[in-house]
Order: sequence, then structure tokens, then C-alpha cells
Amino acid sequence: MEEVYSEAPKTCKIAKARPETISFLLAFSKSYEVATYKNLKFERTLN
Amino acid sequence: MELQIDDSVLVKSYVGGDEKALEVLINRHNQKITSFIYSKVLDRDITEDIFQDTFIKVIKTLKRGSYSEEGKFLPWVMRIAHNLIIDHFRKNKRMPKFEGSEDFNIFSVIRDEKLNAEKQMIKNQIDSDLSVLIEELPDDQREVLIMRIYKDMSFKEIAENTGVSINTALGRMRYALINLRKIVQRNNIVLTN
Repeated sequence: MEEVYSEAPKTCKIAKARPETISFLLAFSKSYEVATYKNLKFERTLN
Repeated sequence: MELQIDDSVLVKSYVGGDEKALEVLINRHNQKITSFIYSKVLDRDITEDIFQDTFIKVIKTLKRGSYSEEGKFLPWVMRIAHNLIIDHFRKNKRMPKFEGSEDFNIFSVIRDEKLNAEKQMIKNQIDSDLSVLIEELPDDQREVLIMRIYKDMSFKEIAENTGVSINTALGRMRYALINLRKIVQRNNIVLTN
């Protein structure tokens, strides 16, 4: 039998980001706020 | 036919406080953005990290009100992802990481020479057993054995320190080892790692 030396094709195994990543982002978005005070912007993340 | 709300409308609603709009936007472009990142970094975990960082930037920019509707939403997000990919490669260039591929693992070639936790415990046990056995030896033999093995002294140095000839020191060492073996056999002690 002939040896196959060629590299295994790099197939893309993922199509989408994991659901955990998405739910983290949505939770982050809900907790993240920007408050404005006299032309100043303050970021805050609620826990 | 499903009615698709335009990205710009969703962005406006999100900026206006509609969190659901973000979910729609993320789900709509998830595949395109993930595939784009993966095609560059070829690593699932790094892809997830970059995807997450991309959207954190998107969220921050939108909530700060710094997003201007000059271009389209997707190209803008892609540009952010692209910049983060470049950052990732820059960081890795400074500190390269070699992980190997699926059919070759670098750790099959490089080994950690240190004993694992179990072997280290066994070694400690043997060392402590041995120190008890050494106590059983006659004084002159024990003295030579400790100087040779534990203090790493040469037989010349041992001879000088104990005031005997090198041959006597060698003889004491030989008898120390013979007697140790006898004690081990007599007591059925197993000293192996």
C-alpha cells in the first residue's frame, strides 16, 4: 500500500459561536450601562 | 416568507434600549463572523474568544452612542473582528505558542522529567525507610556511607576526615552496603520505585 503523506484537509468544523458565548454577550449587554453627566460618559457594569 | 428587519433598524432599536435586537443581530451574523475568524486563526477556542471580544466592543460602542451609520453593520463588525485577529497574531508573535496538530502532539516528544505525585510519594517513603535502616549499621560503616551518599564526598576526603586509609574507607562502604542488603532481606522490605 502506498503511504499517504499529504496533510489531512483542514475542514472547518465550526459554523457558529457556542450558545454560552452568546448568552454571556447578552447578559453583558444587559449589565453594561453608560451614564452621561455634564459631557462626561461613565461606564458601569451591574453585577 | 419571513420578514427580515434591516440591520440598521435593529441597531437603532438596540441603542434605544431593546436588548432583543442585539440577540437578533448576533444570531443573524453569528455564522459569517465565526467562520471568518476561524478561517484566520484555525482554533476553536481562540475563535470563541475573538468573537466574544468583537461583540463586547460592538456593545460598548453602540451603548456609548459612538457608532455612526456610515457603512453597514456587518462590515463594521467584521472590521472589528479583523483588527482583533491582528492583535491576536501580534501578541502571539511576541510569545509564540506551539501546540501541535491533531496527529502530532509535541508532548509525546518532550517529557517532564520530574516524578509525578505518586512516584514522588513512593520515593519519599523509600528515602525515609532507608534512613531508618542506615541507623542500624555499625557506627564506622554508617559514617562512611553518609559521607559518600548524602554528603557526596570522595573516598579521599572521607579517608582524611575519618583518619583512616582510602582502602579502609572503601572496605567500610562495601560492608555498609552488604549489611544494608542483609537488613532489607531479613525484614522483607521492598525498596523499589
